[in-house]
Amino acid sequence: MERYYQPEIETASREQILAWQNERLLRQVRHVWDNVPYYHKKMEEKGVSPEDIRSVDDLHKLPFLTKDDLREAYPYGLLAKPLKNCVRIQSTSGTTGRRVVAFYTQHDVDLWEDCCARAITAAGGTDEDVCQVSYGYGLFTGGPGLNGGSHKAGCLTLPMSSGNTDRQLQFMVDLGATILCCTPSYAAYLAESIHERGLRDKIKLKAGIFGAEAWSEEMRRDIENRLGIKAFDIYGLTETSGPGVAFECSEQSGMHINEDHFIAEIIDPDTGEVLPDGEKGELVFTAITKEAFPLLRYRTRDICVLTRKPCSCGRTHVKMSKPMGRSDDMLIVKGVNVFPSQIETVLLEQGYQANYQIIVDRVNNSDTLEVMVEMTPDNFSDSLGRITDMEKGLVAALKAMLGIYAKVRLVAPKSISRSEGKALRVIDRRKI
Amino acid sequence: MIIQQISVFLENRAGQLLEVTDILAEHHIDMQAINIAETADYGIARLIVDNPRKAAEALSERGYVLRATPVVQAPVPDRPGGLSELLRAVAAADIDIEYMYSAFMGQRNGLAYMIFRVEDSSRLDGVLAKLS
Repeated sequence: MERYYQPEIETASREQILAWQNERLLRQVRHVWDNVPYYHKKMEEKGVSPEDIRSVDDLHKLPFLTKDDLREAYPYGLLAKPLKNCVRIQSTSGTTGRRVVAFYTQHDVDLWEDCCARAITAAGGTDEDVCQVSYGYGLFTGGPGLNGGSHKAGCLTLPMSSGNTDRQLQFMVDLGATILCCTPSYAAYLAESIHERGLRDKIKLKAGIFGAEAWSEEMRRDIENRLGIKAFDIYGLTETSGPGVAFECSEQSGMHINEDHFIAEIIDPDTGEVLPDGEKGELVFTAITKEAFPLLRYRTRDICVLTRKPCSCGRTHVKMSKPMGRSDDMLIVKGVNVFPSQIETVLLEQGYQANYQIIVDRVNNSDTLEVMVEMTPDNFSDSLGRITDMEKGLVAALKAMLGIYAKVRLVAPKSISRSEGKALRVIDRRKI
Repeated sequence: MIIQQISVFLENRAGQLLEVTDILAEHHIDMQAINIAETADYGIARLIVDNPRKAAEALSERGYVLRATPVVQAPVPDRPGGLSELLRAVAAADIDIEYMYSAFMGQRNGLAYMIFRVEDSSRLDGVLAKLS
């Protein structure tokens, strides 16, 4: 039997969902107009005022927000509540130029955790379950979001955070974890370790909630078979609170978007025009219940498809496909957002040429990032020690910028292909 | 004697060094010493040639990253203990050797040659001059 955390919301009629959206959108537009001068100005520039937005049908009149806006308005420019009303900050991992800082009131945290609780309940989580949260805790939204959701779903929560596989497995076995929340690549890694150590019969896992990273159906089946569990996808981004914006149900064919909190649109990434349901395009979210950081028409850059076909799980909220790509050049490596421009910034700062190539691969279910950098006359020396010191400096600067380790490979000048027009900056060898 | 050493950046792949020696051959440049320092991904070829300027031009033209550095070329008595005598003098002068290697320039008069890279080439040159 399908379980719901908030059945009256999750299975509400379409009319009811639309009524909520209409009412909340109007209130939210007014709230943003009154409290966020940055967006107020954007609306004025587009000749839109709150009176023009009378229902969800008018949503397309509002201006978009992008990551560039977030950067420009950093840190407080999109804040809609006084700081004294805020209780939490989360941030995207490890970047400076592109850092996103999101603010939450207690109410925002509550609603976010509700969304995560819906995901955990949909995966079968109850007060009989032990939920092992192996997403990173801290500024990253993964750990805190699922942690709160697990509490709300009534699970006994194991706040493991990421890493330390020995300890993960020991707790999983000793405390009988039944639900695992982490990135799909870490799940695959844990599955492999469980087999290597002959622990397959000692674990009690029944479900996994794996997100923050792209993963294929094959990877899902592989993890499911190795661990004897059902694996569920979950979607979210810091800009819209974190994981739980959308989650998979027992049907495992797309993620239900929590439409009582977020209005989803699909647009043509080039023209910005809204596309009809079923067409592939860029996903845009409008947060209609968030108080502190209410982004209207935020362009996620994720390319996907929405479907309103009735779902066998009984939920009535629209479903989004797995993201099929990006409308910008962002890479997700080990669950961390990486922009080639960040790498370029570091290289230039460290006195290297902006000619580089990024190679992303997945080795033993773990993402690897390698940056090929051309040696320059200024950085070259007859001393191996000096070159390796510079190489180490570059690795450290990249780590500081990206938040993850990137291997640096120094190559001969002009050895990185410069094709006419667009340089081939990124080679993604991951088969996902 | 202080001479110019040419260092060349090489990727670790088959045929890289051959390309360098071919370029030198094309320009009739005579190699007198070679030494290679390497990591897993790349190497540095340090060269002593009869015409360092010409070698540098030829290699730069072909896109190589290189650097000219002063090094000290010193004759070493070609007999047991020969190098020790020399190193004893270097140690007594408290000079750190960054790296050194042997040269194959004609071993005349029972002498071998070593190339020394130190911070202060003139000082080492002075110390070694006193020896001979």
